Amino acid sequence: MRGEKMTEATHATGQEAESSVAKKKAKTLSEPVFAWLLIGPAMLFIAVIVAWPLAETIRLSFMEAGLGGEEYVGLANYQDLADSRKFHQTIVRTFYWMFLSVGLKLILGLIGATLLNAAVPGRGLFRVLVMPPWIIPMAIGMIGWLWLYNGYFGVLSGTMMSLGITDGPFEFLAYKQSAFYSAVVADVWVGTPMVTLFFLAAMQGVSRDLYEAAWVDGAGRWYRFRRITIPQIMPVIVSMSLLSAIFTFNSFEIIWILTEGGPRAATTTLIVDTYKTAIGNFKFGEGSARAVIIVFLLGVFSILYLQVLKIVNRKYGTK
Amino acid sequence: MMDKYTKLQMVGIYAAITVFLIFILLPFFEMFMASLRPLEHLFRSPYQFWSEDFSFQAYSDMWETVPLLGRYIFNSVFIAFSVTFLTMIFVVPAAYAYARLEFPFKNATLAIFLGVNMFTGAVLLIPLYRVLRTMGLLNTYWAMIVPGVAFLIPTGIWLLRSYLEKIPKELEEAAFVDGASRMYTLRRVVLPLATPGLIVVGTAVFIGAYAQQFLFAITFNQQRELQPLPAGLFEFIGYQDVTWNQMMAAALTGILPVLLIFLFLQKYLVAGLTAGAVKE
Repeated sequence: MRGEKMTEATHATGQEAESSVAKKKAKTLSEPVFAWLLIGPAMLFIAVIVAWPLAETIRLSFMEAGLGGEEYVGLANYQDLADSRKFHQTIVRTFYWMFLSVGLKLILGLIGATLLNAAVPGRGLFRVLVMPPWIIPMAIGMIGWLWLYNGYFGVLSGTMMSLGITDGPFEFLAYKQSAFYSAVVADVWVGTPMVTLFFLAAMQGVSRDLYEAAWVDGAGRWYRFRRITIPQIMPVIVSMSLLSAIFTFNSFEIIWILTEGGPRAATTTLIVDTYKTAIGNFKFGEGSARAVIIVFLLGVFSILYLQVLKIVNRKYGTK
Repeated sequence: MMDKYTKLQMVGIYAAITVFLIFILLPFFEMFMASLRPLEHLFRSPYQFWSEDFSFQAYSDMWETVPLLGRYIFNSVFIAFSVTFLTMIFVVPAAYAYARLEFPFKNATLAIFLGVNMFTGAVLLIPLYRVLRTMGLLNTYWAMIVPGVAFLIPTGIWLLRSYLEKIPKELEEAAFVDGASRMYTLRRVVLPLATPGLIVVGTAVFIGAYAQQFLFAITFNQQRELQPLPAGLFEFIGYQDVTWNQMMAAALTGILPVLLIFLFLQKYLVAGLTAGAVKE
């Protein structure tokens, strides 16, 4: 960002005493200048496509803006949101969505990674089979879930009918409660493979010596899991849950394709609300205020979380 | 031995893995089954687990129902390749700087890059929409490529950096002592050594680029001929009825490219993607 300051930092880095090297270094670019030349293009690109729009979003949030023009309205957009009971519900719903979904992803990821880490024949194949939901476009995965949740033709409703749980077809996405939890399940489905993979990689990084020492001392599997595996992979668990929380908070496509935020706003999270307001209704100002609130909430959440991460790292050591 | 399981434990592990995989793979299985059923059988109520007349008819009909389907698949692949190419051009030098060089604000700028990950999704769409409109890029391929690149640069830098750090420094230093310029060293010494890493990161970026098209497509592009597959698929939801079987066939055809790439490279990918996480 502040690239111009860099150029004056031309102090020589010459730790090596060899004079020939020193001479060549004088001819060639200094390390900081070269480094900034290398990261400059990427920085510039991010500045134009991410940082500037971010600043624009903040500016627009104080405007009444649409397709026509814009007019300064001060804090009116925020005032409206502060007064809106619907918006409060949306915030609560978004956090509920996030904690529930991330919690499930972490639990399933931990179970999945433990299973895939077990020394059984075929685990190489299982590891590959877990990945598809992560690597395919979410939109395409959601078409699969739309089909599963279909009351008349979907296998879930079909199974429930033949087991006699429901009399007729059950449309999972048509009722407030069931639509919300159906979307959570689909979101967990998308997010679990990544969590599983990272936990698995962390588990494989744990030194075997630790397990063997414990095993020699007669520690059982569960004890080893609790007292060695979990503490050893704790830093990855913590950083993964932050990453997963951010993704889940911002999860848009899944909800949009399954329900578009309905029925009766039951699946409208902050991001869906923002999209509907801004892109759906061209209320750029009101949408921007919502976007700023998202960034603010995520920022506060991340800072709090990083404090937790620090404590965890201190306790378990940065492995 | 420590890793030995009893028969009962083995059964338990396999049973649990099976349940886990059913959850992961059920949608794909059902999509495949649906793609094989004739349309009128799909709509048969009560639900049938088995149809007598499975066929691959939908896989040939789908090209007629949505005539642009081939184009959509091409667009998806084209956009993903363009995004990957551009992303790598930005990522390679930056990742090298973070892996090897010392410079002021190194950690701060890296944090800024990684912070971009927080803004994925719809947060920036409003101004981005206006930026693209001002630049006259709305309803062009660029409208889907440019934002795609921006959101993949951070991940790319992060992944490639941890790969480059593992390359021994001595070769670069040798070239440097021999009088090679920094740029020459990067081009002729570092990049050839880093080729496997470049392939892994490039593939990861490609998969990301292929996966993230939907939001940008539905927001920044209204031109049907330019639409990527994830957006184009919804054309199977017609005014009259939904040709579910063909939609499923098209969806499965559309994910084939990424699945194949993933299968070929999965061993390296998994190791490459998780390298950063484990080290830290």
